Amino acid sequence: MKAYYGYKDGSGDYFIIIDTDKCNGCRKCVDACPHRVFELIKDEFDIEGGLMAAVTEEHRKKIKYSCGPCKPMSGERKLQCVLACEAKAITHSW
Amino acid sequence: MSEKSKEFWRWREYRHTMPNMDWHDAKMVTAGVDIGSVGSKAAVMLDGELYTYAAMRTGGVSEETAVKAMNWAIEETGLKTEDIHYVVGTGYGRVNVPFAKRTITEIACHARGAHYIYGPTVRTVLDIGGQDCKAIRCDEKGKVMSFLMNDKCAAGTGRGLEVFADLIRTPIEELGKTSLSVQDEPQPVSNTCVIFAKAESVALLRQGWPKEKVSAAYHLAMVNRIIDLLTKVGIEKDFVVTGGVAKNTGIVSRLERNLKLKPLEPKLDPILAGAIGSALFAKALYEKEIGLR
Ligand code: SF4
Ligand code: SF4
Repeated sequence: MKAYYGYKDGSGDYFIIIDTDKCNGCRKCVDACPHRVFELIKDEFDIEGGLMAAVTEEHRKKIKYSCGPCKPMSGERKLQCVLACEAKAITHSW
Repeated sequence: MSEKSKEFWRWREYRHTMPNMDWHDAKMVTAGVDIGSVGSKAAVMLDGELYTYAAMRTGGVSEETAVKAMNWAIEETGLKTEDIHYVVGTGYGRVNVPFAKRTITEIACHARGAHYIYGPTVRTVLDIGGQDCKAIRCDEKGKVMSFLMNDKCAAGTGRGLEVFADLIRTPIEELGKTSLSVQDEPQPVSNTCVIFAKAESVALLRQGWPKEKVSAAYHLAMVNRIIDLLTKVGIEKDFVVTGGVAKNTGIVSRLERNLKLKPLEPKLDPILAGAIGSALFAKALYEKEIGLR
């Protein structure tokens, strides 16, 4: 499943997309993100359960700003979350 | 009730039991309780077939609402809560369903419920709830493939429509219809926040716009917002709308017109999708518990 967290406003699309089929709940994104954008939640999407990464409710509504420091207008972009995730489960829409 | 104190936002609460079904014959009695921010729904299924259900407004205390909705659904059936093998809670208040053994997100339950209500051809589910709006893509089994939830603002939600119904003093059930009575579509209200959208509507009314036209402008703004969400996850037919707002023709017919895609007609009240989906998850969980899967 691809879970889209974020929003769209007049200035653009701001979504972090987590591929829960790839996510193994290793927690590396949670620890890597300097702004604590991620959390591990119980997988309540099916009967099997388990843990998966998600964007916290707090950050969903302001993700453009939360991730701002990782995305300078010029120069190199280093998305710690994406770099930390070995499963390649995290993508950003912007 | 006098015209002045009339509550225009208040929708009809109801219950129903399917005739010609007897729970005594069932091997598995499972239930789902969907505690939404605005409405709470309970559904009981016999071996995976919908048997009895109720829909009511969510009260101040979710636990009490859960018990009330459940008791109302099983009223006069002779069924007691102890007779139900497995209960799953879903929705915004899903952790507050005291007798539920498990919780499943409303996203998964809506997809599963839509699959039951509309059939296996459903691929895109739009659920417009009281406080958020979700676009869900699912497979032929009703399993979620992707989802997007917008909870940033309440303007495009059931709660926003309730506020608007009150403002133009039109019963919520007729709101969509009034918005369709205009000849030409006006400009949508530009603001997408419930407070601003209301203020803007007030301003239009003061300028002398008839309430039908303001209503059209409000509905159109909401539809534009929803289409933004849908295009993000991608719309594939068949397309369906669930949740309380599925009954608003002002929203549904504009979606159809602007997307050029006709939503499927429901066989059952789509407000029940979450409760039905959770009752189906309850069945799967019960089967797992007794070693059937
Ligand atoms: S780092 Fe990747 S695999 Fe690990 S929890 Fe985060 S998203 Fe999941
Ligand atoms: S881009 Fe930076 S701030 Fe945003 S989630 Fe990833 S690590 Fe955190």
